[in-house]
This record gives sequence, C-alpha cells and structure tokens, in this order.
Amino acid sequence: MKKRIISIVLAGMMAASLAACGGSGASSSGGAASGGAASGSTGAATTEAADSGEGKVLNIQCWNDEFARRMSDHMPGYEAADKDDATKGGKLGDVEVRFTVTPSTDNAYQNNLDAVLPENADAPADEKVDLFLIEADYALKYVNTPVALPVADLGITEDELANQYQYTKDIVTDADGNLKGLTWQGCPGVLIYNRDIAKEVLGSDDPEEVQKAVADWDTFNKTAAALKEKGYRITSTVNDSYRVFSNNVSSPWVVDGKINVDDSIKAWVDMSKAQVDAGETGTADLWSDDWSKGFAKDADVFCYFGPAWLINFSMGNVDDGNNEDDGSRTFAGGWGATVGPQGFYWGGTWICAAAGTDNPTAVAEIMRQMTTNEQVLTDIVKMDNDFVNNKPAMEAAATDDSFAFKPLGGQNPLGMFCEGADKISLANTCEYDQGCNESFQLAMKEYFEGNATYEEALQSFYKSVTEKYPELEY
Amino acid sequence: MRHNRWGYYFLIPFFLVFIIFQLIPLGTTIYNSFFEHYFRNGLTEVGPNFVGLANYRTLFSSGDIGQYFKNTMIMWVMGFVPQIIVSLLLAAWFSDPSLRLRGRKFFQSVIYMPNLIMASAFAMLFFALFADTGPINTMLLQIGIFRAPYKFLSHTFSARALVAGMNFLMWFGNTTILLLAGMLGIDQTLYEAAEVDGANATQIFFRITLPILRPILLYVVITSLIGGLQLFDVPQILTNGQGGPNRTTMTLIMYLNKHLYSKNYGMGGALSVILFIITGILSIIIFRINTRSQQ
Repeated sequence: MKKRIISIVLAGMMAASLAACGGSGASSSGGAASGGAASGSTGAATTEAADSGEGKVLNIQCWNDEFARRMSDHMPGYEAADKDDATKGGKLGDVEVRFTVTPSTDNAYQNNLDAVLPENADAPADEKVDLFLIEADYALKYVNTPVALPVADLGITEDELANQYQYTKDIVTDADGNLKGLTWQGCPGVLIYNRDIAKEVLGSDDPEEVQKAVADWDTFNKTAAALKEKGYRITSTVNDSYRVFSNNVSSPWVVDGKINVDDSIKAWVDMSKAQVDAGETGTADLWSDDWSKGFAKDADVFCYFGPAWLINFSMGNVDDGNNEDDGSRTFAGGWGATVGPQGFYWGGTWICAAAGTDNPTAVAEIMRQMTTNEQVLTDIVKMDNDFVNNKPAMEAAATDDSFAFKPLGGQNPLGMFCEGADKISLANTCEYDQGCNESFQLAMKEYFEGNATYEEALQSFYKSVTEKYPELEY
Repeated sequence: MRHNRWGYYFLIPFFLVFIIFQLIPLGTTIYNSFFEHYFRNGLTEVGPNFVGLANYRTLFSSGDIGQYFKNTMIMWVMGFVPQIIVSLLLAAWFSDPSLRLRGRKFFQSVIYMPNLIMASAFAMLFFALFADTGPINTMLLQIGIFRAPYKFLSHTFSARALVAGMNFLMWFGNTTILLLAGMLGIDQTLYEAAEVDGANATQIFFRITLPILRPILLYVVITSLIGGLQLFDVPQILTNGQGGPNRTTMTLIMYLNKHLYSKNYGMGGALSVILFIITGILSIIIFRINTRSQQ
C-alpha cells in the first residue's frame, strides 16, 4: 500500500511538471503575438471561394509562427482562432485555414515538403497543401520543379507586382522565366553596431562616422584590431560576415556539375582565419547560445550583420510597451545601423502556391493581400518593424520619422535598407546554395580552430557536399 | 501433437512483426545496395540503376569507412573499460554479504537511472553544460584552472571523452545489475571454503568470482560491442550531426545518416550491409560461447 501511494504521488508530480512546461510555453509565445491590430474589412472576395466548389480547408506549411502572426494581425477578412497562438489557424471567409509547423532544424521542414508536395494532387481534399513557405537559401530547389505553381496561373499579373523589389522576384523565378512565389518582406542587410562600444573606441556613434571605420574590409580589419585592444570583439563569430561575402560572389557554387569555390568566399576564409588567430572574433555557429550572447546589453560584441527581421525578431524583445525587459541591448535601444563594407541580404520568406491546391481563389487572395496591398504592408512596417516588399511605401517611410526603430535608439534605417534592396544582385545563385554554404562554414570551422589545414578543410567540405548531392563532382 | 498447436498460434504475431518490420526491410536493403538510387536535391529521383558492387567500391576506396569504424571502436573502448571496472567493483561490493551494505536496492536503482533518460536529452544536457560559454567553462574559469574557455567539442580527445563518458554513465548501472545477478548465483560454499583455506579478498575475486563469471562477462562484452557499433544518438546530438572536430567523432551510423540527406538508398544500403555483416559475425561468436558454456 505504501508503495502504491508513493507511486501515485510521483506520477502526480510528473503530470504537474509537464503541465507547468506547457503553460509557460503558451505564455511566452503570447507576448510576441500581442497587440493584434483590428483587421480591415476589404476581404469580400474570399467569401465566394467556398461556394465555387473549392476546398473547405486551406493548408499552409511553415516552419515558425512568423507568417501565421502576419496573417492573424494583418490579413483582411481573416479571423484567427486564437489571438495568442496564431499557428492555431482561423477562418478566411468560409475557408478554414490550418498551419502545419515543421521546424527547419536538421532539414526537417524540407524533408516534410519533399514527402508531401510530389503527391499533393492525390491527397484527400482537406489535407492538400495549398500554400507553402520557402526561404531564399533553397528557393530554387522548389521553384525549378513542378511542385510550385506559377503565380500567373492564379491570375496575379505582373502589373500588380510592379512595386515589388526586383530581387525578390528573381529569387523565385524558374529557369523558364515563370514567377513562382511572392513575399511581403525585403531582407537587405545592414551592419548593426553597438553604440556604446562605438563611442568608446571610435569616438562617435553617429552612423556616418561609424561607416568610415567599416567602409571596406581593410578598414573593417583595422577597426577589429583597435577593438581588440580595448577588449572587444568585432563580430560574435566568423559566420556573421559570411553572408556578406557569399552574396557578392562572381560565380555560383556549382558550375557544370562541379563544385566551385569563389574568390570572394576564399577572401572570407583568409580574413576570418586572421581574425580568429588574433582573438578578434569567435567560431561559434549562428543561432548558438555563444553567438547570441552578444545581444545582451553589456556584451563585448561590436557588430552583427543583419536585415530588419534580425533586429526585431531575433535580437531580443523590442520595447513596445507590451514586452518584458529581457536585458537585451535591443530592449535598451542601444544599437545603431550603417551600410557596412558590402551590400547583402539575408533570408526572407516567400509564399508559394502548391501544385494540386484546391483553393486557388483563396490562395491568390492571400498572396495579393499580403504582398501587394500597400495598406497591409505599411501596417506591417509600423507594427513589426519589418522591411516590406513595396518600393513606394518604403521610400515614403524612409523619410518619415515615425518609422524610427526603437532598438536602434530612434534611428530610421529604412533609407539604408531601400538603397540596399535596389542593389542586391542574384546572378550567381544556384539550387545547391544552402547545402554548400552550410557545409563550407562547418568545414572551415576546423581550419579556424586549428584542427585542420585549409586544404584538409576543403577536402572535408567536398566530402560533405557530395554526401548531400551525390550528383556533384569536385 | 494436438496439444502443441497453440504454441504456434501464439508465435504468429511475433513472426508477422518480424517478417514485416525486420526480414523484408533487410532483404530490400541488401537489394538496394546494388543500385544507384537517390534523390537529386531531395526532390528529383535518380535511378534505380543496377550498378553491381560500385557502391561498395566507393565506400571502401575513399577510406572513410575505416576511419569511422576506428572512431566508433575508440569511443566504445574509452567508455567500456571504465564501465566494466566500475561495474565489477560495484557488483562485488553489492554481492559481498560480509560488507553488509545498507540500501543496496536504493543504490542499484540510482545507478540504473541515467539509462532511463533519453540519450538525446542526455546529450543535449551535456552539449549545454560543455558549451564554450557553458556552466562547466564558467566554473573552471572562476576557479582559475583555465584562463580562456576550453572548447571541449573542438578537440578530438575531449569530444571523444565526452561521448565515452556519457555512454559510461548511461550503461554502467545496467552492467552492474547483470554482473550482480551472475555473482549472486555463485554458490556461497565456494567462498566459505576459500576463506577457510586462508584466501584473501583479492584472491577470492580473481580465483573464484571472475572465472565463474566468465560467460556473463563475455555476454556483457559482446552485447556492449554490438551496441557500441551502433553508437549514434549521443555523438549525433553532441556534435550537431557533424562528428566534429574534423569527423573524429563520426560513427558508422552517423555516416549512414549522412546519406539520408539525399535519400541515397544505394550507398545507405551498402553501408548497412557492411554493418550487418560485422554485427552478424559478433553475434555468431556470442552464440558459440553461450552454447559452449551450457555444455
């Protein structure tokens, strides 16, 4: 009897602790989604969808709650089922919207897409994928196959997209020139610097003055040495500057089936090795705890390279009256932004219509509203500090002081983003970019840490890429 | 004969499950290993084209498989040696009636507990503990042992030692219980006779306990070896799937997992067949030893 009582108590404790975990998870996601703006009332088109013999359920594949929150906060005519957890879906007219969240970790999101998309046409009506989200790094993988529908097939014309930045269209245009996805975001990047360190080491935290110290890679390296003397690191890790180099390559990763290391990538290796050896930066992976420790208010990291979403989505809570002070520099408003040595972009989420969708009208409606409706897009900038994919709206916002970013201490960086977005060139992308970039950074980490020579690290990079893509040679 | 038939009925579920989930996959794996069959970039299917032994040739000619086999074995030995020593010691103490240890049942349960945690959760825990700015480094810095944080996962020895250490922690309780069962089965009169003859504790352990324990000890070694060959979850999570530094903690199964990225059935199949042969040989050895000890 005694034993039984003990086991019941233990089981009770376990259940209680599990419940506690669930509770805290829900409340933490609630903070981010709060402040839901009242939706407009322009969603008349969608109500007809269900009557015209289209599907009753609209399935969206995604990897986090970002798009779900944008839908819940901004999509006209859309009613979220749960304001605190946007991924629970909602109703768009008579159509029920469901989100399937698969995390990107370990390629799980793409593995899931690879499994469901080719068979989508034969799936039961309520389970057909109608929309799926993709990232720039692997966009071509889906765009160059028939699993994504051209937006022209949905009735969206080029005129409607005239205000969008050209690069956001180039990324999702297939080999035959069909545009297959749309995005509400633009992701040009800037150099985000720590104002306190800038004042102490460079003598000023004015963006123009700071830009002089990071205008090209030579001055960037000199600044790194000056920072080191005062006990600061220029970047958190070598991988911070990687994208700036990899976006400015003059040849793609794969040329005629052979793996090719561009000069710009090699320049990153040389610079990074020197910086690591001098103790000016670290070798942690992006998104690791060691990387994000630099987000703290009193951290020793001078700068990060990133687009608007990095500032508002990843670097800490924004002080908007609803969020808690998490001790981050973002909350304190202590960052500054400047153009940096070279232009680059990072990320962005594209919406694609899945081949085999049974809700083409609703899908087209979502794509139109979320990526071309200027009112919706302006709301997104105001509420979420996103850089949106609409030239006139952004150019107007760039000169409007009410669009100042709180994390940047009231600086309005949109002008810099606008300039960057116009300059982004995507001539040298290929569908192997993601796999190659990931393998290259991991392989070079061994070189930076002194576990391998450059030649050995290069060999292990080739090995790792050919494991991922057996069709490639080196 | 009629009374025997029910036995066969009860065996049906096992054989059904065995055939569907083990025998058929085994057959298709061997079949696949002779084909070039993968998905280009995850989406476009290539093959299947019959290529004979080309997959095996690729595996052996690159020399990687030998390296990964070596890694696996080194990490197994690093974990198994302390494991068997500690387990023998604990089992000897627990089974020794003259020590009159209190709370034996309690300690038996406690040392088994690490095995109840999921290996991946355990690996995550160690990953966080031994991160460059993790608590272990912070502690060592504050005590003053290191002046800069030590990158545990960037050095071959420390990374392997972490994997081996975790395996040791997870499995020494299990081994202790197996050995303890064997020791408790030894006839007490043998010990008493030895004591009467004036043997000391060390002599009793090496001359009586160990020889009688031999079959169980061999069983432990071989099962641990087979388990060690399939070492995967701990190093996979701890090194983020990379087997770093420089693939010196990459095990055979982690290498197999690498071929999953492109759904490379051909190469994956060939690697599995090689693993199957190695494990098969080891199983035959244990089977031989078991039957011999019964005679």
